Amino acid sequence: MTVTTEKPTIAGPPARPAASSGSQRAKKRRLPGWWLPLVLIAPAVVLELLIHVAPMLVGIWMSFIKLTQLYIANWSAAPFLGFGNYSVSLDFSGPQGAALLQSFLTTCLFTIVVVGVSWSFGMAAAVALQRSFFGRGVLRTLFLIPYAVPMYAGIIAWKFMFQQQTGVINHVLTSLHLTSAGHEPFWLIGSNALPSVIIVAIWRTWPFAFLMLMAGLQSIPEDLYEAAALDGAKPFRQWRSVTLPGLGGVNRVLLLVLFLWTFNDFNTPFILFGGNEPPAGDLISIHIYNTSFVNLNFGFGSAMSVLLLLFLLVVTGIYLFISNRRSDDNA
Amino acid sequence: MRETTGIKVFRTITIVILALFVVVPLYIMITTSVKPLGDVQGAFSWLPTHFTLQPFIDIWRTVPLGSYFINSIIVSLSASVLSVVVAIFASYAVSRWRFRGRTVFTTTVLSTQMFPGVLFLLPLYLIFININQTFGVQLVGTRPGLIITYLTFTLPFSIWMLSGYFDNIPRELDEAAKVDGASALVTLFRVVLPVARPGVIAVLVYSFMTAWGEVLFASVLTTETSRTLAVGLGEYSTEVNVYWNQIMAASLVVSVPIVVGFLLLQRNFVAGLTAGAVK
Amino acid sequence: MYFPRRKKLAAAIVGAASIALLATGCSSGGGSGASSDKGTTLTYWASNQGTSLANDKAVLTPELKKFEKQTGIKVNLEVVGWNNLQTRINTAVTSGVGPDVVNIGNTWAPYLSATGAFLPYDTANMAAIGGKGKFVETALATGGEEGKTVTSVPLYGLAYGLYYNKKMFADAGLTAPTTWEEMVSDAKKLTDSSKGVWGMGLEAGSYTENVHFAFITAEQNGAALFKGTKPDFTSGGVVSGVERYLDLMQTDKVVNPSNAQYTNGTEASADFAKGKVAMIVNQDNAGPNLEADGMAASDYGVVAIPAPAGGKKISSGIQGINLSVFKNTKHKDAALKFVKFMTSEATQGVLGRPYASIPVLKGVAPTFTSDAAIAKTFSDIYNNASKPYPLVPLEGAFETNVGNAVNNLFATIATKGSVSTSDIKAGLQSAEDKTNAAG
Repeated sequence: MTVTTEKPTIAGPPARPAASSGSQRAKKRRLPGWWLPLVLIAPAVVLELLIHVAPMLVGIWMSFIKLTQLYIANWSAAPFLGFGNYSVSLDFSGPQGAALLQSFLTTCLFTIVVVGVSWSFGMAAAVALQRSFFGRGVLRTLFLIPYAVPMYAGIIAWKFMFQQQTGVINHVLTSLHLTSAGHEPFWLIGSNALPSVIIVAIWRTWPFAFLMLMAGLQSIPEDLYEAAALDGAKPFRQWRSVTLPGLGGVNRVLLLVLFLWTFNDFNTPFILFGGNEPPAGDLISIHIYNTSFVNLNFGFGSAMSVLLLLFLLVVTGIYLFISNRRSDDNA
Repeated sequence: MRETTGIKVFRTITIVILALFVVVPLYIMITTSVKPLGDVQGAFSWLPTHFTLQPFIDIWRTVPLGSYFINSIIVSLSASVLSVVVAIFASYAVSRWRFRGRTVFTTTVLSTQMFPGVLFLLPLYLIFININQTFGVQLVGTRPGLIITYLTFTLPFSIWMLSGYFDNIPRELDEAAKVDGASALVTLFRVVLPVARPGVIAVLVYSFMTAWGEVLFASVLTTETSRTLAVGLGEYSTEVNVYWNQIMAASLVVSVPIVVGFLLLQRNFVAGLTAGAVK
Repeated sequence: MYFPRRKKLAAAIVGAASIALLATGCSSGGGSGASSDKGTTLTYWASNQGTSLANDKAVLTPELKKFEKQTGIKVNLEVVGWNNLQTRINTAVTSGVGPDVVNIGNTWAPYLSATGAFLPYDTANMAAIGGKGKFVETALATGGEEGKTVTSVPLYGLAYGLYYNKKMFADAGLTAPTTWEEMVSDAKKLTDSSKGVWGMGLEAGSYTENVHFAFITAEQNGAALFKGTKPDFTSGGVVSGVERYLDLMQTDKVVNPSNAQYTNGTEASADFAKGKVAMIVNQDNAGPNLEADGMAASDYGVVAIPAPAGGKKISSGIQGINLSVFKNTKHKDAALKFVKFMTSEATQGVLGRPYASIPVLKGVAPTFTSDAAIAKTFSDIYNNASKPYPLVPLEGAFETNVGNAVNNLFATIATKGSVSTSDIKAGLQSAEDKTNAAG
């Protein structure tokens, strides 16, 4: 199976399209129609420049100025700080840096758990539904619903379920005698806030993993399993020696996408906590939002965003480097 | 192939746990939407004791949900269709030509996925304001502003998925069309696109869903006249009360069309992913 | 326009986008000048005061029609929910493009004033809206920064009061408390947690409510939250004030710990209406809500939130909504006419009832309740026992950070059982650090 190394994927090596015959001569003499691909990508380029790249550059510029509430109405008067916002962010012994570090670590934990569990759920479901049986179509449809439900609707339903006195979670816990009436735990404040936001994020995320893995499983030839079975491989062995390698390409992409989406997840904590984020649920995107839009220090918020971006770039780069090398070894 | 007990047990447990995990919130959403507010604010009960459809009537009055619906449909449809069109051209170029700046283009497009959305918000707003002052095109508070925003947000994933899909369509098809004298664009529309239909549908569905559910940018870039459903849902928590039953009723009303649409197209979606993103 | 060198450099780096951006700074200030306002259309952002955004629209539209009839000026109304209002205003301030007239929470007035985005009500502008003499002085004092020309004028006045359930008090042989200590001992007598009945209900998860009480208790202790314009949240008076407030849940145990999750400003009043709590603290606009939950106005009484024995008799901040005009409006005269109209006796009289607001004008009788005793109590509190929140630019950051600190302390009490004085001090210290960083 060809994998992402041969696709124009994130920061990967340049793709090797089938149309490479003309590329040699193109260096010396432009072929007729050389402008066509440029015209074709032009709309995308313009839009990306306008909506993504320009705001990103403005954001980077903001991170170098003292853009606090006193200057937001008159940017040109905002003092230039150089790396001032960055040094405050990275001074982990200061209150701002310490809070950022705490938020960053919380987000790492959040991301690891959400991606790990979502992937496991998706894998379990995909394997469980691999072979045809009665009701498979219904279950597959059912499992995909959380992915299709608009974010706000799904998260707000969870928020209602997590209510301390009127929510179903505590109702169930009490009827199972895991908690006693009058001493029900809180889910949206205090230290339980992190498990809560993790659960909701998993609920929204795992169907996508399921979808991708299910699609991937369809491309693994049945005879590989039969061969493994003939060799006497038990189901778990088969999964390890046939399924997992067969899904290598899917997993590589899936894990990266899940990682990026989860790390930058803003909606889940924002809607779940409704602007009252407890410290335990202070994920990095919320932390940046509050710094920027609530405490109105856009310069500082931008500096933190840029640091976050750098972190994600480095992680992604390392990830792609290692996974590409490993897939080259296997090839 | 023979199934061991182990497999059966694994399958049953997996299915039961995950089905419950998925279904309970949906069940709560549905049952809460048919309870009177007093019951919702009291202790939880699994079954509605005083069944009422009143919340489904009230939702249209508490919040102008009807006009938000129209906004959402216009915005999501335009954004997804335009996104697909732009993505098709870009993906075709990326897949079939090797041109200067190609790597820069694909790398930049995909690295935008790493940028925290929160930081885009203010700069984007400022850029829209400046476009208005320079060219007189009003983008803040209008549907077109939201449409080009969403269309761009979904472009990276769409381009990546579609170009993967195109890569898997044999070059021989293109060559054959070329021999017949077809131009590159004719080849794209007559030969490549028909084969790539599942991929196109997958991208369309993805873009539509993204636009339909987006909250953060819509809350700042829209005014009352251009507000979308996802933002409108937040308006059921007012100064005076949190109308949980209406929130759930409205959530259902907002979810049903998109869920039904998604489920109808899910086979295409899976097929599109299989060939585009997975291979 | 003067570009410092480093700005040019930045502009060069950032390119076209930022050049356009800097241009924004210069392009504001359209000015007035139109001799006739006829045919002018103003954009007005109103805050959510009624039961829903649609309800606000219904309440305000007839008044706007009246205004149009009188002046020929059309008003394009948008009611903005509280979850969006501040972000919308901030983005409007930042970009220089916004509505002509806007409602703001009056505690935002100092920081918004400091941004310089609003039109100052100097002598001429103040005269255009009817003169400063018509406003209640303490209410007008909330309009901006200390010692500077105000940039907002009061529109709807609100004040805190202590609501008590008359029947529960009578059954227990109690009368309304006059000191904090009495309030606590009454509440203890009325608490029967085994029956799910509690002496008091608090919106202990709402940072706005919590910061207001941090302010009220500090004022009762005679402590200031700001030294000049610098935050000072950890002085003894502030800490013991917050502790006294937290103790209602922690040591006095007269507040159900579940209140730590009350965030909307409505749950405690719902409990009160259902007889689950005997007292709540609420602004004077609780009436319609209580009625909707089945509690008649005759079932409850209101007194000022009591101070501890020997403390200062402060019962409320000057709560309310103010009205501001964006400096770069193209219709300054029309906007001022509109402000004059909204703060006129006639309009105040009409809106006072549905919005349960206390008149911000001198010598005007409140219309928000038919109960004369309650009306008098609130008027007394508003006029005599209230203080403005700190009139410094960092007020906004103070609200968020101290409010959230108290939220978190309540959450700790509810989930872990207790907080110590040093925990409180640490929480307030961290709030102070964050507030400093906002400046």
